[in-house]
Amino acid sequence: MAAGIVIVGAGECGARAAFALRERGYQGPLTLVGAERHLPYERPPLSKALSMDGPKLVASLDAYQEAGITLMLATEARGIDRQAKALRLAGADGETTLAYDRLLLTTGARPRRLPGMTDASRYIRTLRTADDAAALTQAFSAGQHVVLIGGGFIGLELAATARQRGAAVTLLEAGPRILARGVPAEMAEIVAKRHSAEGVRILTGATMTALTEHEGGAEIKLGSGERLEADLVLVGIGAVPNVELAAAAGLAIDNGIAVDRHLTTSDPLIFAAGDCCSFPLPPGADGTSRRVRLEAWRNAQEQAALAAANLLGEQAVHAAVPWFWSDQYDLTLQVAGLAQEGDRIVRRDMGAEALILFHLDSEGRLTAAAGIGPGNAVARDIRLAEMMIANGARPDPTALASSATKLKSLLAA
Amino acid sequence: MSDSWIAVCSRDEIDEEDVMRFDHEGRTFAIYRSPDDAFFATDGLCTHEKIHLADGLVMDEVIECPKHNGRFNYKTGKALGAPVCVNLQTYPVKLDGDTVYIAIG
Repeated sequence: MAAGIVIVGAGECGARAAFALRERGYQGPLTLVGAERHLPYERPPLSKALSMDGPKLVASLDAYQEAGITLMLATEARGIDRQAKALRLAGADGETTLAYDRLLLTTGARPRRLPGMTDASRYIRTLRTADDAAALTQAFSAGQHVVLIGGGFIGLELAATARQRGAAVTLLEAGPRILARGVPAEMAEIVAKRHSAEGVRILTGATMTALTEHEGGAEIKLGSGERLEADLVLVGIGAVPNVELAAAAGLAIDNGIAVDRHLTTSDPLIFAAGDCCSFPLPPGADGTSRRVRLEAWRNAQEQAALAAANLLGEQAVHAAVPWFWSDQYDLTLQVAGLAQEGDRIVRRDMGAEALILFHLDSEGRLTAAAGIGPGNAVARDIRLAEMMIANGARPDPTALASSATKLKSLLAA
Repeated sequence: MSDSWIAVCSRDEIDEEDVMRFDHEGRTFAIYRSPDDAFFATDGLCTHEKIHLADGLVMDEVIECPKHNGRFNYKTGKALGAPVCVNLQTYPVKLDGDTVYIAIG
């Protein structure tokens, strides 16, 4: 391969894929193109800690140089010419083209915005990048009022971080409860109670009739008639996959860049992985297959490894169990698997503020497990549940419910 | 090799294929009992984000961090791939009667 492999998107997934290609023995040209000026870094700490020491890098600059990975940072991919097998790039040196033999798109996702929000908004913001995080730190301090719009993970993690830094925090959720997507109600209740105890004001069923920015802050009018004055409004209402580059090149799009189970797009020379792609799950008990897009750190790593193998000509598939976590105060929430409508739920109590909810399908197969607890109280059992899900296990519900039964003993059974 | 063995626990306090946290003079360690009933010791915190490994899962000779699933061979300390790339420090362990000792130098 003369032109080699080009990866567009220098986040967790793109960087891991580049190293994985070298670990697999690929010796040809390898270029990683990223729009941000930073070296690839881990995004999870941005909302969980708002680290003051700069982003936590996936790898040092030396590591890229040693691995022979060419970094093109602060460089935007403007177009893909599939006929010529070349990318059109725009960076500090103006427009250039870069040929590829194989292309991997790890373009990630971006925060969904409220209508009318622009890059120019100073006091109404979203969080995705290290630069976004740096811009929040001033408002995350005593004497400031931060209003979060959206009661999902990002909003709740930011609420916890802002509170821990002394800011007054109000969180607005349009739905009847927080964490409506992906977290069972009784677990969301534990999270909501904890936030209330920490002094976060959570308003569910909240409608916003106006949001206006002015010098020094923003004003929100609620459907209830209440007015909120905020030093900073943070919008956490989900993410949108970055598909524009792929779509303009005529690749198939379906809630993300559509890939098959090998992560190949509709062009066999182009692959996609991580937050930007939607992929088919293995068929379920009813024989139907769903297509999903996972915005999660571990998925980004696993798909990076899979893409690296298949870029080099393998036909590998990966039946990983989805897994993610969230940190709020000293509570950690972990979820493995994908729950389905109609699952039976078995509850395992593990002490104060600690429990796991197991989801079993109509045939008794474990489909998902969601746990919450202080520190890493539930981590080990969620990991064991993940292995059981991967094995298609049908654990005894009574044993699952009893914290006296070690889950490890069920795994062996 | 070490003149200061420190008593950790009695052997029955750790199940086979399991791990226990041990704190000593401001340091924290992880003490392992392998499936074939041998004892091992490493630093207690994962080299990725300083999480207590004793909350993690032991499978055969591997300890997996509870936070982000970084994996190490606890017998050698070797990091087994992303997200962990820095090995764990290991420490000598001995059994005297039913008591587990480690030498932390």
